[in-house]
Amino acid sequence: MHEEIIMAGFGGQGVMSMGQLLAYAGMLEDKEVSWLPSYGPEMRGGTANCSVIVSDDLVASPIVTDATAVIIMNKPSLGKFQGVVIPGGSMFINSSLIDDRCSREDIDIYYIPANDVADEIGNNKVANMVMLGAYIKKTGIVSADSVIESLKKVLGSSKAHLIPINEEALKRGAQFVEKK
Amino acid sequence: MAKVLMKGNEAIAEAAIQAGCRYFFGYPITPQNEIPAYMAKRLPKIGGTFIQAESEVSAINMVYGAAGAGARAMTSSSSPGISLKQEGISYIAGAELPCMIVNIVRGGPGLGSIQPAQSDYFQATKGGGHGDYHMVVLAPATLQEAVELVMEGFDIADQYRNPVMLLGDGMLGQMMEPVEFSTYEGRNLPPKIWATTGYDGSRERNIINSLYIDPKELEEHVQRIYKKYEEIKKNEVKVESYNCEDAQIIVAAYGTTSRIVKKVIQLGKEEGIAIGLIRPITLWPFPYDEFSKWADREHVKAFLSVEMSMGQMIEDVRLGVEGKKPVHFYGRTGGMVPHPDAILQQIKELRGDI
Repeated sequence: MHEEIIMAGFGGQGVMSMGQLLAYAGMLEDKEVSWLPSYGPEMRGGTANCSVIVSDDLVASPIVTDATAVIIMNKPSLGKFQGVVIPGGSMFINSSLIDDRCSREDIDIYYIPANDVADEIGNNKVANMVMLGAYIKKTGIVSADSVIESLKKVLGSSKAHLIPINEEALKRGAQFVEKK
Repeated sequence: MAKVLMKGNEAIAEAAIQAGCRYFFGYPITPQNEIPAYMAKRLPKIGGTFIQAESEVSAINMVYGAAGAGARAMTSSSSPGISLKQEGISYIAGAELPCMIVNIVRGGPGLGSIQPAQSDYFQATKGGGHGDYHMVVLAPATLQEAVELVMEGFDIADQYRNPVMLLGDGMLGQMMEPVEFSTYEGRNLPPKIWATTGYDGSRERNIINSLYIDPKELEEHVQRIYKKYEEIKKNEVKVESYNCEDAQIIVAAYGTTSRIVKKVIQLGKEEGIAIGLIRPITLWPFPYDEFSKWADREHVKAFLSVEMSMGQMIEDVRLGVEGKKPVHFYGRTGGMVPHPDAILQQIKELRGDI
């Protein structure tokens, strides 16, 4: 299996941490992984994105130019990244913040109201996990258990109480893929 | 020890600590700030010293002092900051002191950009500072390799009493990959009998100095250092040759650019184009012989140097190829990163010429 993902959104939407969790989970499953952030002045209140590769083989370039999937958290990112998905790839659009539809017909597109779902389960900050839940359900690249395992390591014991809501967010995201 | 997922800059800092570095002196600059940040957090907890100096000039001279006292010392910076350190680096080379200098290169010249670049190749390998000297320059392509080269780099510095530079770029510093720290064995090193550890009458006084007023003395001193460089050239060249058997075109690339080229090699395979890669891991000493060897092969028609610069390593590639085959160039600069398709396109055009 070989997945090259771009995740993009506003700074503060958890785009970077979503990518790190995916890379971490891939590592826990003995896969080859890399995580590459965009960095620079544009990150301050502007758009942020990261590229993640999870693969059975060694990662050559950590730069993603032909993505197997993109996760789009805000509107500016849709315009910027809808073209980088390879035919047959998939796109996950946060429809809570993005009204536009993507016109491409050669990829699988999922519209997921991630912020609404996150609000519904009680914490707006887990919108990223809703999207990640959908993505891993679609591709099966890592299990939800590995993502939670990674989250436990990242959060540490002082924030262990946040695990259940993150689990719920992953599950709710996965349902959007199951339904389709 | 198990694999851990780390940012490149943090992995470099941790590798230095595990190599026994307890003294770090630096001044902040993007994209290497995680190195001093990591050192500031960790060193005081393990009996080490972290100092954020008032300037880069100050930081490199603190390295000079700590190295002179026999400690494993390190500084890190990015391109403009490394320029400021050049005077100190020349003094350290002249005084024959071991130390580790990390350059996480960004776009230049001048203040430039903060995005990844390889345009400090000349500065790193051909001097940078004044006088007859060289640093050993190590150019990792992965974070695991960066960890191992930092650890081995400290040993190389100690073995030859010479500054060693780790040359990365913004991408290597900012990206995350799994790394392991237990993979490097370590060398048998001579005791630092030359270090200024305090005079107690039991030995001759040790003096650390790079001033030789008598030109005859200075010439002898430099000639002795150059004998050392001959040893380094003989013993320390590192290079990876990848997919070169059958290759018509061999690409020369180092660091993160070499990873992009590996992707190009995959793309080429899908189209039935055999592309090879020679990846210098030590930029000084440069693997001239490896280039000469492949240039002799009949199936190799041309070389292409791919760099994130306007073409700096290509001069060494040409020296290695010795005119036996044409050497071409493709590069992006200023913080722009070459796209695999653009490199493949260059290769196709070259093949058209053959």
